[in-house]
Amino acid sequence: MTAELAEPASKIELPASAGGGGEIPTFNITLRVRRYNPEISDEATWEDFELTMYGTDRVLDALHKVKWDHDGSLSFRRSCAHGVCGSDAMRINGRNRLACKTLLKDLDTKKPILVEPIKGLPVEKDLIVDMEPFFQSYREIMPFLINKGHEPTKERLQSAEERERFDDTTKCILCAACTSSCPVFWTDGQYFGPAAIVNAHRFIFDSRDDAGDMRLEILNDKEGVWRCRTTFNCSEACPRGIQVTKAISEVKQAILTRRI
Amino acid sequence: MPTKPAGTLYRGREGQWSWVGHRITGVVIFFFLLVHVLDTSLVRVSPEAYTAVIGAYKNPLMGLGEAGLVAAIVFHAYNGLRIIAVDFWKNGPKYQRQLLWGVLGLWVITMVPFLIRHLSIVFSPITGGH
Repeated sequence: MTAELAEPASKIELPASAGGGGEIPTFNITLRVRRYNPEISDEATWEDFELTMYGTDRVLDALHKVKWDHDGSLSFRRSCAHGVCGSDAMRINGRNRLACKTLLKDLDTKKPILVEPIKGLPVEKDLIVDMEPFFQSYREIMPFLINKGHEPTKERLQSAEERERFDDTTKCILCAACTSSCPVFWTDGQYFGPAAIVNAHRFIFDSRDDAGDMRLEILNDKEGVWRCRTTFNCSEACPRGIQVTKAISEVKQAILTRRI
Repeated sequence: MPTKPAGTLYRGREGQWSWVGHRITGVVIFFFLLVHVLDTSLVRVSPEAYTAVIGAYKNPLMGLGEAGLVAAIVFHAYNGLRIIAVDFWKNGPKYQRQLLWGVLGLWVITMVPFLIRHLSIVFSPITGGH
């Protein structure tokens, strides 16, 4: 544990006399976390933690510090800690972000840093939400290649232009930052949500896939793309920079014109 | 522990707030239309009653209300065009923010001459409330 803790801080722990060549500035922050434990209370409450953090630290490092040094009961998901696995989406200062991609120094450290679970999905404990409704929508759009032709003996070829059409939507890591930033999804949990539409887009516009029509039919549902009110919260929240609202608009147009 | 609000408001940006504005102005316009249909249909009941009801609107308070109503309708109309552009124009999503500034600019351009004309009539001592 100490080895893990020391990792970002190792250069700092040296005595000052050792020289400040690689010194990283430190600062104090107040981390204000939305705590919820159904075994104790049905009410969620805020809890403050005073921490000394380093210029290289991210919100995830602050959460680790709390969990490892202050209060081991703090619960949150994280896996790779490098913005690839999509486990640690949470609301940081009121906006959906990945804790592992948000540097503390980029936030206003004079004020408390607010950390809450993502909205619209049932909270299980602290920052952990039930992702099942989210993955249910994801499964419904059939996020896999469907090809009616014969199994090819070599790879399925595709031109650079054909690939370019859905390049943006291949980047999704299923962190749910987009879906849980959507005001429509907060009030209507039946809505497919941006992430499912993004992943449908990834196959609808793939020249190797033959089930585009089927997916368009699924998304033409009243809980499908037409629920989108173009608030752009999803595009702004996406940690991979996917132009989510644009992808949804492309699906809307494909449904209207029946042309992919 | 100090008392703090229960959860924060999601800090969405221009897109979220234009959507909120669109919703609110939409509801406002709906209620206006409800009253408008009722008072206009009065003319079929009795022209005198209609004249009396419309006459009741001629006071500064209703004058300000009318200014608010026009403000809501103008925003809803221009932002509606923006939403159509976002959905159907290829570059709409990319330029949604600039489009919103365009909407607000057009809103100001429309509202300033209207308010000058409207409020000067509402508050003029001669035409006194229209």
